Amino acid sequence: MQPVTVITGTMAPLYRADVDTDQIMPKQFLKRVERTGFGQFVFHDWREDPDFVLNDQRYASATVLVTGPNFGSGSSREHAPWGLQQHGFEAIIAPSFADIFKTNCAKNGLLTVELDDDHIRELVALAHADPAAQIRIDLPEQTVESAAGVARFDIDAHTKHMLVAGLDPIGLTLQHQTRIGEFEARRLAHRPTTA
Amino acid sequence: MSGPRSLLEKVWDQHVVTAEAGGDPALLYVDLHLLHEVTSPQAFDGLRLAGRGVRRPDLTLATMDHNVPTTDPSVPVDDELSAKQMRVLADNCAEFGIPLLPRGSANQGIVHMVGPELGLTQPGMTVVCGDSHTATHGAFGALAFGIGTSEIEHVLATQTLWQAKPKTMAVEIEGRAPFGVTAKDLILAVIAEIGVSGGAGHVIEYRGEAVASLSMEGRMTVCNMSIEGGARAGMIAPDETTFAWLEGRPHAPGAHADGSASFDAAVEAWRELPTDAGATFDRVVRLNAATFQPTVTWGTTPGQSVPVSGRVPRPEHTGDAEQARRALTYMGLDGGEAITDIPIDRVFLGSCTNARLSDLRAAARVVTGRRVADNVRAMVVPGSTLVKAQAEAEGLDRVFTEAGFEWRQAGCSMCLGMNPDVLAPGERCASTSNRNFEGRQGKGGRTHLVSPEMAAAAALAGHFVDVRDDPRAGDATEARDTRGA
Repeated sequence: MQPVTVITGTMAPLYRADVDTDQIMPKQFLKRVERTGFGQFVFHDWREDPDFVLNDQRYASATVLVTGPNFGSGSSREHAPWGLQQHGFEAIIAPSFADIFKTNCAKNGLLTVELDDDHIRELVALAHADPAAQIRIDLPEQTVESAAGVARFDIDAHTKHMLVAGLDPIGLTLQHQTRIGEFEARRLAHRPTTA
Repeated sequence: MSGPRSLLEKVWDQHVVTAEAGGDPALLYVDLHLLHEVTSPQAFDGLRLAGRGVRRPDLTLATMDHNVPTTDPSVPVDDELSAKQMRVLADNCAEFGIPLLPRGSANQGIVHMVGPELGLTQPGMTVVCGDSHTATHGAFGALAFGIGTSEIEHVLATQTLWQAKPKTMAVEIEGRAPFGVTAKDLILAVIAEIGVSGGAGHVIEYRGEAVASLSMEGRMTVCNMSIEGGARAGMIAPDETTFAWLEGRPHAPGAHADGSASFDAAVEAWRELPTDAGATFDRVVRLNAATFQPTVTWGTTPGQSVPVSGRVPRPEHTGDAEQARRALTYMGLDGGEAITDIPIDRVFLGSCTNARLSDLRAAARVVTGRRVADNVRAMVVPGSTLVKAQAEAEGLDRVFTEAGFEWRQAGCSMCLGMNPDVLAPGERCASTSNRNFEGRQGKGGRTHLVSPEMAAAAALAGHFVDVRDDPRAGDATEARDTRGA
């Protein structure tokens, strides 16, 4: 995975609550067996509305999506973060994220930033007023800088480390193979197998 | 580790490979990894790319459910992409030695039906699957949650996951559910109370008289929709109901002749799992089932619901008027309508939430000897091939077909509309599934979530009706025990 450190660019404002993964990546696009090619389908049904923000060319190259609370609720489909990332987003800023979605983003190097609602509304207003307004997210420093000011965000130390170093989590875990083997040796006898 | 612990903490402690330390999460062992065709192909590709194998194919099981047509399984799948996804799953399972229940097999079904039916889902286990409704398995006192494709690859390679210990939430539901109020209404009431993100960061333990008195199947319905309240997992303490349901199932302890473990010894261990007296939770929510009513969603999140006797709210009377306005526009409603005045076009009786045998029996009780309303197209999709066979042995298929319902093969079907079973734009559906998101059951389709009894009654009337006016609807919490089937 590519390391994630500093993200710069412009914002796409989509202030809606509870945006679910069915909207981010509708089910008809989950039939692909590849990991790529999802960018064009992101928010497919909403994009039929000509006024939808991503149809506005001024937001077409935004790298940061600024959105409402509980973003990514619903299904565990990783196709949702794949689509957002392949569309060109490098970070999503929201007051809160759904748990599975947030984990899926971290595994793909798509940064999720939680900020308080007041600051997000300022960012949304800024992006509406000036689509070219710049934003800078510094993951090592845990800051978001824009004309709306500087805001600090929290992120758990493990996720931050994995992102900044661009580590392969499976490779890391395989270093613990001995411990896993020891655990397996002491598992309860009545646990079933699928064989 | 000393002191009173909750069910979650006990299951957690039993699965820690390396403990949380220095900001790092715990490495948690996975007892059962369930796979299906939609979220796994890229995980297998990742393994091949890195030259890695599957650590424990014998703790892994795959089935085909999301894409499968619900028509004759001997007829090839028309949709090329769907057919390819199923073929890729079969190839991957063959390559890595993973047991597979393909389309057409006697044990095929929705992945969250299959684990419990085979006795693979047991108290105290950790269960993961690339599907958010994995929470279903928590009904057995297992810690079960949905994961994405990257984590599927991680579990395939290592049989573990890095997990920060979640917070705990007790949802205490005292009292008994009144006549006509089902497990579905219980969980819709919980979601209405805590909100669609209220459980974020938490594992819910459902407790109290109303929960303990539920059958296993009702408990699965409740845990299934934990994710609709934002919680990755929901759990219910195992008890006699759990043990009785499990005993004698193909993979239950004692079922194998190798003498590896007796059922009684397992039960003895399972009895240690329930939350200790004096254990504390990070959050406690108290509800009284006596106040619950049959519930109908009116909007585009599972939290947007009202009792059947109520009216669709006006946006200005909701917490987020703008969101409610968007939802009502999508749903083709103005706000203020009586729920029982809303006409429907379609009925879907199915999904991992409500397509077990007791659900079909309850709906059949309402339907027997009656006819689906003109202009309504109604469909029953059993959750698994086993449930379908059991229902047919009881003659439930004839009850439904004689009333004008379609009787289909098992699968996820119109819960998410990845197969040909979809709503047309603007069609309004009474559905026993779990999500009423925009386009969930088909682009432009309008979904109202209800219990099986309510769906059946709506099919007959052509609009929502209060099942409590129908003595046949039965008291679901009393009558729904399918152990004898």
